[in-house]
Amino acid sequence: MSVHASWYLTLAALLFTIGAVGLLVRRNVLVMFMCIELMLNAANLTFVTFARALNDIGGQVAVFFVLVVAAAEVVVGLGIIVAIFRRKVGATADDAHLLKG
Amino acid sequence: MIHAAFLIPLFPLVGFAVLAPFGRKLGNPLAGWIATLLVAASFVVTVLVFVALFRIAPAHRSVTEPWFDWISVDRLRVGAGLLVDPLSLTMASFVTGVSALIHLYSIGYMRHDEQFPKFFTYLNLFVFSMLMLVLADNFVLSFLGWEGVGVCSYFLIAFWFDRAEAASAGKKAMIFNRIGDAGFLLGIFLVFERTGSVQYTTVFARLGHVGTPSLVAIALLLFLGAVGKSAQIPLFPWLADAMAGPTPVSALIHAATMVTAGVYLMCRINPVLHLAPDAAHVIAWVGVATAFVGATSACAQDDIKKVLAYSTVSQLGYMFLAAGSGAYVAAIFLMLTHAFYKALLFLGAGSVIHAMDEDQDIKNMGGLAKLMPITGVTFLVGWLSIAGVPPFSGFWSKGDVLQNAWAVTPALWAIGAVTAALTAYYMGREYFLVFQGQRRWVEARPEASHGPEHGESYTARGLHPHDPTWHMSVPLVVLAALAVLGGLVNLPFHPSLVFLERWLSPVVGATLLQHHFSAGAEWLFALVDAALAILGVAVAAALWRKSSDRPALEPRFLSMAWWVDAAEDRLVARTGEALASFTATVVESRVVDGAVNGVASLVRTTGERLRRVQSGYVRSYALGLTAGVVVLLAYLLVRVGS
Repeated sequence: MSVHASWYLTLAALLFTIGAVGLLVRRNVLVMFMCIELMLNAANLTFVTFARALNDIGGQVAVFFVLVVAAAEVVVGLGIIVAIFRRKVGATADDAHLLKG
Repeated sequence: MIHAAFLIPLFPLVGFAVLAPFGRKLGNPLAGWIATLLVAASFVVTVLVFVALFRIAPAHRSVTEPWFDWISVDRLRVGAGLLVDPLSLTMASFVTGVSALIHLYSIGYMRHDEQFPKFFTYLNLFVFSMLMLVLADNFVLSFLGWEGVGVCSYFLIAFWFDRAEAASAGKKAMIFNRIGDAGFLLGIFLVFERTGSVQYTTVFARLGHVGTPSLVAIALLLFLGAVGKSAQIPLFPWLADAMAGPTPVSALIHAATMVTAGVYLMCRINPVLHLAPDAAHVIAWVGVATAFVGATSACAQDDIKKVLAYSTVSQLGYMFLAAGSGAYVAAIFLMLTHAFYKALLFLGAGSVIHAMDEDQDIKNMGGLAKLMPITGVTFLVGWLSIAGVPPFSGFWSKGDVLQNAWAVTPALWAIGAVTAALTAYYMGREYFLVFQGQRRWVEARPEASHGPEHGESYTARGLHPHDPTWHMSVPLVVLAALAVLGGLVNLPFHPSLVFLERWLSPVVGATLLQHHFSAGAEWLFALVDAALAILGVAVAAALWRKSSDRPALEPRFLSMAWWVDAAEDRLVARTGEALASFTATVVESRVVDGAVNGVASLVRTTGERLRRVQSGYVRSYALGLTAGVVVLLAYLLVRVGS
């Protein structure tokens, strides 16, 4: 049996929405970071779904690129997060609002 | 020898180049001697070139000496070069000759001045510019000289720039001349536009293809330049103010040479005037009106130099009357003799001013003839010359002008004749007030009563006026001789005696006004001229020999020169000032500054508003991103859906 592609897409949309809303409403930097990962992976799921549905390997290739970018982003992002926490324990994203106009 | 013509302007230029950096080191009087000798050398070369040109057949007496291409843009080709012909050489010879004499005089006149070397630096630059103006073979190079003499005139009028009136007189001369210069420039543009050339000979050869309205416009625009430079109505008030400069400057620039440049220009463009008789009539009428206004104004002046200044205005008017009547030879003849006697009168005035310890009011003079015999006699010669008493030079040249004016219309002659009598009268008034009658300078000096020792020292300086040093008297004597004998160059008795007319005929012969008076008419003209001159002299003698105070004869209307200066001040200067202050206070501060400040505050308020967007909160940026994505998606969906 095979699950219809629309289920995957619905799941991906759901995951993306959770990620986006989480990013908007949460102040914890780590959680916000995880939300970004959630959105990336929602996108990945969409790519894979379409790759299978349309029988096109390009979608799966794109996923690899996304994974590579996500890995790089984790390295940089975690570095920044560690730096923020060093300055102030339990800091939220709103504490890092120094670059305002 | 004609190829040596380039030396004529070169000598004064060398003088300027040497004196400008080293003048102070050369000092007094060496700097003056260098300047004088270089101008004298220039005069010698001019005479040699003159002789060389004289040896050529009359038909070929127009030699162009090209130097190099000066400006070369598209169709415009302006060369630097000299045009050696009888007209330019006549001018050059009297310019260099009179200049050399006045340089010599200046060595004496300026010997106590701290700025002695600077004075001669300017004088040499002036002579160079004047010679370029005269000898240039095209309009543009002439304009260079024209501007050069203008700026030297400014420097020299404002030479004693620590005196307020000298500084402002310099500015005034500059501004009045700018008005004329604008006309000259436009005239050159029009000449180039219509003929495709600015070179005199080429332009004149192509005049046949130019329409009469253009020719009239060209003539009038160039005449506007001449009006400014030669102090004609309405641009004459600057010349009276220019008397604030040192007296040798007044003699050289504001009597003998620079102010005649306008007349020279009119004679130079005689082919244009010939084809544009309407413009020529305008010139003649402006000239005769200026002659009359200048002469009447001179009747009521108290400043020894202002009388001469208005007299110069009046005489220049005569020259324009001649040029406008088509009598170019008469114009040049009068210019030549006027250079002699007016330079003489100015130098005499300078010598009197020296003797009177810088007092220039003729009402404070009197009885100087016995104390200053050389000055007195030479001034008398100058007066009789300008008055037109036979056989002095002014009689011949002015007679020429008037006769030609009659040939155009008797009305011109009538005004000119009245002016001639006035000329004899006002110069007589000056002569009698300065040199004859009561010695008014003893009582007229309040300083003398300060105390015995003050009075005595003042007496030692002031009460014994004497003739000046030889530097100053030699030019006086030479110029007096020239003023007496100047008429010899163009005697009307016999065709073989009109040297000047025959000499100039290659340049102006084709366009010269042709008139033939019978011998009897000529004698009648001469008699009337002589009678008018003697009448003026006699009236002056009767009125001013004994008395020095006749207010009825010096109405304010005349001493203010017909209120022309005041009217122009009211009309132009005040209006201009009001406009300028309006621009400064309203246009500048409201419109210009308003625009600048408006842009600045617009940017600032926009910035103030927009900076709120950059809150620094990640979530608000994220919201922005999300909102953007939503909007884009909605747009795409709507487009796909429709």
